[in-house]
Amino acid sequence: MIHFEGTIKRYGDHTILSGVDLKITQGEVVVIIGPSGSGKSTLLRCINGLERISGGDLKVDGISVLGSSAQLRQIRLEAGMVFQQFNLFPHLTALENVMFGPIRARGQSKVEAREIAAQLLDKVGLSNRQHHYPSQLSGGQQQRVAIARALAVQPKLILFDEPTSALDPELRHEVLKVMQALAAEGMTMVVVTHEIGFARTVGSRLLFMDGGKIAHDGPPVDLLSNPPSQRLQEFLQHIH
Amino acid sequence: MNFDWAAIPAALPDLLAGLQVTILISMSGLIAGLIIGALTGTALTYGRVLNALARGYVGLIRGTPIVVQVMFIYFALPMLADLRISGVNAAIITIALNSGAFFAEIVRGALQGIPNGLREAGLAMGLPFWRVLFYVLAPLAVRRAIPALGNQVISSIKDTAIFLVIGVAELTREGQAIMSANFKTVEIWSTVAVIYLLLISAVAGLLRLLERGTATP
Repeated sequence: MIHFEGTIKRYGDHTILSGVDLKITQGEVVVIIGPSGSGKSTLLRCINGLERISGGDLKVDGISVLGSSAQLRQIRLEAGMVFQQFNLFPHLTALENVMFGPIRARGQSKVEAREIAAQLLDKVGLSNRQHHYPSQLSGGQQQRVAIARALAVQPKLILFDEPTSALDPELRHEVLKVMQALAAEGMTMVVVTHEIGFARTVGSRLLFMDGGKIAHDGPPVDLLSNPPSQRLQEFLQHIH
Repeated sequence: MNFDWAAIPAALPDLLAGLQVTILISMSGLIAGLIIGALTGTALTYGRVLNALARGYVGLIRGTPIVVQVMFIYFALPMLADLRISGVNAAIITIALNSGAFFAEIVRGALQGIPNGLREAGLAMGLPFWRVLFYVLAPLAVRRAIPALGNQVISSIKDTAIFLVIGVAELTREGQAIMSANFKTVEIWSTVAVIYLLLISAVAGLLRLLERGTATP
């Protein structure tokens, strides 16, 4: 479903991704961890073309991110994204935020969009917050609306860019629960996070990134219980 | 001195005719200016090729007095391009071009102040950029910019007074004409000032309503 082929990303002289090879198949819940600056967010943002790759190739469902802008939009319709800072549209209510994608990206009618949006807000436990503006919601609630907004476009996979990093510890739980439910439904997910507990219990695969490369790739329980390298062991000690 | 109250009703019909011209020039010029400003401001913020053109235009307008601009359009342009423009049209064009440049800078500032994450959120849903601009960035920018846009609207309305230099029969020019016929200096200029004040107050009130009407929590 996602296929990195020697993917390189540079900013000027600075190499962020130095030749990544990676295949992610449908239904996987891939959790990416690693020290800051290791390239994990960049890796994620290359998948939907928010960062343009500098070398190699990267295909999503057979479409290259280097293709035409129409092809890139096709990829983005299939790969939803949830951001660290939520990025809800502040001038729209929760319901309108979720309706936005179906109407503006999928061209669905308002009536259809409203139905989809109401269902999804119910799914993330916010049916009683439909008419609240983002500024009137807690961080955890905003992030759940953002997940509903991503789902509303009916993507085949969702990219999560540190979805709980901007949240207080007691609010993380409600977001992680929604993500866990999504994983249980078989949604393909790529999650950049520091939540080791989530990686262990929900992840089907764990990637440890270091210095612009994937240093380890394997089942979360194995990597977390028996870190194969000093580097990973140190990293895990630091985040606990 | 004696304040001659009777001079005011005598002058009022001509002054109100002048007010109409002032309003006509302001409204037409500002509507065109807002369109120019929105397009130029967008080009300044996101444009690649058009960016240089937009910067040149804004630099030219900001770097020259509005009196020089209207003189150029009214007197110099006909000589350069064999193009006769009526006084009122020259005034409207001047307000449009002048306010457009200042609106453009306001629009640029407002667009640049919007967190980049909102643009990315729109793009990440598969929307083409122009749709993100139209449905997300522009509505947010307009809300942010209303106070500054309002200031420029008021400034431009008052700028129409300088069109007396090309003989356009707007409010200030009418006042001057009446004054030079009856020498009621204090009476006429007081009345002219009060009319401007009422006009600007009404516009300021409308702007405040607009600001309140578009506010989100």
